[in-house]
Amino acid sequence: MSRPIPAGPVLTRRGLLAAGGLLVTVALAPRAFADAGGEGGAGPAVLRPELPGSLKSTPGLAAWIHIDAAGRATVFSGKAELGQGIRGALLQVVAEALDMPPPAITLVSADTGRVPDEGLTAGSHSMQDGGTALLIAGANVRMLLMREAARQLALPEAGVETTGRGVVAAKDGRVLGYGPLAAALSLEVEAVANPPLRAPASYRSMGRDIPRPDIPAKLTGGEAFVQDLRLPGMLHARLVRGPSYGTSLTAPDMAAARAAPGVAGVVERGGFRAVVADTEWQAITAMRLAQRSASRRDLGPLPAGQGPDVLRAMPSRRINVEGLPGASSRGGPRRLVSNYSRPWLSHGSIGPSCAVALLKDGALTLWSHSQGVFDMQRATAELVGLPPERVRVIHTPSAGCYGQNGADDVTAEAGLIAMAFPGRPVRLQWMREQEFGWEPCGCGMTTRLEASLDAAGHIASWKHEVWSNAHNNRATDASGYLAAHELDPALAWPEQKPIPMPEGDGDRNANPLYAFANMEVRYRFVPEPVLRASALRSLGGHLNVFSIESMLDELAALAGTDPLAFRLAHMDDPRARDVMIAATDRFGWARRPRGNGRRGCGMGFARYKNLGAYCAVAMEVEVTPETGAVSVLRVEAAVDAGQPASPDGIRNQVEGGIVQSLSWALREAVTFDSEKRTSFDWGSYPILRFADVPGSVSVHVLARPGQPFLGAGETAQGPASAALANAIADATGLRLRHMPFTPARVKSALGPLYPG
Amino acid sequence: MTVSLTVNGTAHDIASPPDTPLLYVLRDELGLNAAKYGCGLGQCGACTVHLDGRAIFSCVTPLAAAAGRRVTTLEGLGGPDSMNPLQQAFLDEQAAQCGYCIAGMIMRAQALLDVTPHPDEATIRAHMQPNLCRCGTHMRILRAIRRAARPAGATRADALPAAPGPRTASATASAAPAHTAPASDHPAAATPCAATEAGLPVCALDMRQLDAGEEL
Amino acid sequence: MSPTARPGPSRRRSRMLLAAGTALGLAVGAALALALVLRPAIAPITPPGRDAFAPDLVRRGAGLAALGDCAVCHTAPGGAALAGGRALPTPFGTLYSDNITPDPATGIGTWSEAAFARALREGVDREGRHLYPALPYEHFTHVTDADVSALYAFLMTRRPVRAPAPENELIFPLNFRPLLAGWKLMFLHEGGIAPDPARSAAWNRGAYLVQGLGHCGGCHSPRNLAGAEEGGAPFAGGSAEGWDAPPLDASNPGAARWSEAALTAYLSTGAAPGHGAAAGPMGPVTHGLSQVPPEDVAAIATYIAWSLSGGQGGATPPRAAATAPAPAARAAAAARAEPEGATLFAGACAGCHGAGAPMAGQGRPDLSQMTDLAAPGPANTLRAILGGIEPPVDGRGPKMPGFADSFTDPQVAALTRYLRARYSADAPWPDLAPAIRTAREELSR
Repeated sequence: MSRPIPAGPVLTRRGLLAAGGLLVTVALAPRAFADAGGEGGAGPAVLRPELPGSLKSTPGLAAWIHIDAAGRATVFSGKAELGQGIRGALLQVVAEALDMPPPAITLVSADTGRVPDEGLTAGSHSMQDGGTALLIAGANVRMLLMREAARQLALPEAGVETTGRGVVAAKDGRVLGYGPLAAALSLEVEAVANPPLRAPASYRSMGRDIPRPDIPAKLTGGEAFVQDLRLPGMLHARLVRGPSYGTSLTAPDMAAARAAPGVAGVVERGGFRAVVADTEWQAITAMRLAQRSASRRDLGPLPAGQGPDVLRAMPSRRINVEGLPGASSRGGPRRLVSNYSRPWLSHGSIGPSCAVALLKDGALTLWSHSQGVFDMQRATAELVGLPPERVRVIHTPSAGCYGQNGADDVTAEAGLIAMAFPGRPVRLQWMREQEFGWEPCGCGMTTRLEASLDAAGHIASWKHEVWSNAHNNRATDASGYLAAHELDPALAWPEQKPIPMPEGDGDRNANPLYAFANMEVRYRFVPEPVLRASALRSLGGHLNVFSIESMLDELAALAGTDPLAFRLAHMDDPRARDVMIAATDRFGWARRPRGNGRRGCGMGFARYKNLGAYCAVAMEVEVTPETGAVSVLRVEAAVDAGQPASPDGIRNQVEGGIVQSLSWALREAVTFDSEKRTSFDWGSYPILRFADVPGSVSVHVLARPGQPFLGAGETAQGPASAALANAIADATGLRLRHMPFTPARVKSALGPLYPG
Repeated sequence: MTVSLTVNGTAHDIASPPDTPLLYVLRDELGLNAAKYGCGLGQCGACTVHLDGRAIFSCVTPLAAAAGRRVTTLEGLGGPDSMNPLQQAFLDEQAAQCGYCIAGMIMRAQALLDVTPHPDEATIRAHMQPNLCRCGTHMRILRAIRRAARPAGATRADALPAAPGPRTASATASAAPAHTAPASDHPAAATPCAATEAGLPVCALDMRQLDAGEEL
Repeated sequence: MSPTARPGPSRRRSRMLLAAGTALGLAVGAALALALVLRPAIAPITPPGRDAFAPDLVRRGAGLAALGDCAVCHTAPGGAALAGGRALPTPFGTLYSDNITPDPATGIGTWSEAAFARALREGVDREGRHLYPALPYEHFTHVTDADVSALYAFLMTRRPVRAPAPENELIFPLNFRPLLAGWKLMFLHEGGIAPDPARSAAWNRGAYLVQGLGHCGGCHSPRNLAGAEEGGAPFAGGSAEGWDAPPLDASNPGAARWSEAALTAYLSTGAAPGHGAAAGPMGPVTHGLSQVPPEDVAAIATYIAWSLSGGQGGATPPRAAATAPAPAARAAAAARAEPEGATLFAGACAGCHGAGAPMAGQGRPDLSQMTDLAAPGPANTLRAILGGIEPPVDGRGPKMPGFADSFTDPQVAALTRYLRARYSADAPWPDLAPAIRTAREELSR
């Protein structure tokens, strides 16, 4: 089954559509509307469960790879570049699989008109699912090319080899290019699960540090982001909204906005309001005119002054993650109970969300930085009242999102606005304060851990309880968008649902990878949302890992054991042990400076979701008791992501994850009063700046030749925050269990009697 | 009525109203991409450009304030084939994740290097304080600035500040064999992952990284 | 031990007047005060150690030290807390604050409580040398014995830091300390504050803290030629670090809008709804107060609210409509009078301070409520425009960029004239150019 590319503008200079002659066949699989990829999107149906990665849903090779007569390859991926460098990594994978030079490959990604539906780009699945699909699809194509070459040269298949230069060579020196070979065969075949793979020892692309292809434009002012898209006749739109989600303006002055200079029109559909103007500044000016209004709260009051512990007092549903109720009641004589929490967090993308929409000839094209262009296509179609095949969503990069920020909403809203301006592209840009006020936050969470030690200082029982709202509320139909609740009639929000294990959401990583006796893990899922929330990098994994790894240090102290030795004594997984040893060896753990009241060291470990990459982080900090300031002096991390496709890409992600996690733990909390969020700018939502980032961060990528890819983009979030708390405790004896550890809190917690 | 504005050495007659923030003049009237809308409040630095050689927030600088003065944007430093030393250093360090803040970062740092070619680490960090990065690329950005700030002919030891705390990593990393796989056939390919250290498989660091300082 | 000087960053103007004051004090009082000049040393003690002090006393001392802002002056940038060495440039040279950690060699480790009390209340160090009035002993003289004990307990239980204070670099004759005895004879009124039984406990507590350790008058009271606070006009407004410290009496343009609750919020966080944010030297003050027991902050608010309501005099400003939002007519007139300023405001400021901007929806004040724009002088407005505002507590709060690098002097002047015309009913400030130059110079230090 195939479908034509919907009518839509073609940005030839961006190379969004390749030159003619390219046969694009995208299998339009029936929708499963089931959780795919563990991140809650609707996702495509599984057609070939025996195939690896995303080939399960899209088994046909032609959907993934096309080789033209000149021997250039075009590769189609459903995974999107979110700033995580996935384009470069995928290119390295497919170049290796095809055994071609990366520059001879064009990668087309996340365009509903052109690429296979791979669900969301989320949950550290891009390498595991998308990378694996390209690896196997590429190997299939290489196999077919070699087979064809052998046939043409009348040699046995073993008599030919690829060379890395896009040709098949025979031992006798004869050479056939991929172009002519591809022309002689059809890729309209399904992949096989086990094509011959190139041996890791002979890798030419994978495992090497190849510069990312998207960086030069970002260093020189090239057109790199959806914000940079400038289509002929494009209009600029701004929304007219109250200060934050759950509020509305009591008397927006749309008439004043309509009369403002340059205003092409206003859109008013129920409570959904936008101004549209010829230039951005005109749109902003008109928006401010319309926004001169008081606001009111339309929903119940927010729990002002209360932290995430408010969740414990709300109705919850108990989900048994591991162990029977009461399993942890057995155990050793020495028991410890600790509670941990983190507040609601903002994604804090540096660029507020933006989208461009164009309604032309009855078809809507959306340029979006959504993580889920396929869900977007279906749900926006429903919102604007078009059949899905008349909507095309083309992923276009923006500032890093780290989960569901305003990207999906702004795209749907741009679509709504564009429906009123047929033939005119409309660029909708959320303002900074709208991003802070309206985006879904990362969930506030709280945990209670109880454990006991036996006489030998070994963990004899372990109980972990976690309270959380749903972490994934991505739209799979129109009702998941903000705008659907402003329209008249408004839609009802879909029911909030937890993501089931093994991926989990609030309970993600709540089940320790360690081998503990008498283990019991409970998820208290709180269906009623406190703040509007959705996916933020690592979901519940951040607080759960923080809790487990903090608790381990507390128990190690109780047992009088070194924190590393204590962990190793409870860990059977050799790869987990390897990253712990690698990080701490490089850190100089055995010779580390011991807590002197100000300086101290700590570590943290996790395997993300117990399915993805392994990561261990060791950290040295200095605490200034007089001010409460915490300085991170140096960080050593080790990560096992399976076969690294792009080692530097992994280092970059883990470095960034560590710094971001430190920012969460040291500074961040979304504040609110009973009516609205009060974090609306970088003054009311401070994050780490240059003066506060670590003295050094070193990330060490373990080589795992030929091992399956393990997603690494989120694996550092929990371990880094835990290592921080453990290092502070080592330095000062002060155990901080509730983030953020701001200077005022640290100073207050240490108190004037602190002997440091 | 137009306002005359000199951007990257070229004079333009600008039709935008004089209260228009420079950011929108650069982006929407002159079609320049580098300066970015980040907050519109002068709090994040994504919009940083130079005005008479000083780093400023273009999102809160009205056109009227820039008229008759010298505006330089990232595009004015160098293009993809003519990167200036700082841009090249960012490329060499792969100092970007999403890259949205990077144009502002380069402009902020360039303003420092124009006045203080060899700043120390504390000076660099203090100077970069107005600019926010959310991806956590700070360590690479700092490396890139240090790389560009290195005196000509200087070795790494005399150009880079000592990392705080014990230095245990660099020796082992430097000792790791860099190439155990066949030389690459790919022009763009660099170092493979196949070394062994302390009984563990490790991914050897390429020379670019070794050259870069403490954040191995 | 180094020469002792405890200049506060918030007292630059007082030091600028110090020369005149000291000379005057010499002429009038030297002969009479000969006996006062020569003060005996107090015998050194063995540092008592941490265990010598009751934990509750130390805790109480911590709150008092935060209230008194000890660490603000006695900590060098990037230096160890309370170890001194903070440089204070003055027209007469540079003063350096002393190390008040209990280091025996370079701090106050060998000071007995009596020696500490004498320094605090009389401005004489353990060895008998006079201290410069940058240490506000004209306020600290009011501190009770119990609070001196608590402060002493707090300081003597800090981590000793070996850090000799740099030598002061003062011009002759100000480097001659005995001159200070004459100054004290005239301006130091020793003794405690008698409670007013007719008033509430909170008011009395507030009066004591404000006039004593809090030394609010150090900035918020005018000073005479001798650099001493004018006793007849307490809290009538002063200056600090180039900023004008607004009056805390009824003459404050925003006096009527300050409630006790708003003052409490402002003092402990640096911001309160409907009021401008703490800026300049008030930032560290609010940072200190964020660590003070809430009941003490509330007591200070009680007293200041009483003072603002006319409790200690001060003529209510004649402008009836000063607190009302600027009427549209004024906006239009201001734009006509200052078209360049209006344009600059629209492009640079309106994103936060204009109608319909996000700050408005968050309860942040309209500029017509900024006392700085209704102040007699432009100092604070210029400093905010040029240098911006940073949140004082945990980096969280009102944050404004500085425009020093984006605006020329004439542009700053045009914007400032426009702001004054639009948001206050007062007469225009005179020629702004010299004030802008001064503000830039101070900013670049």
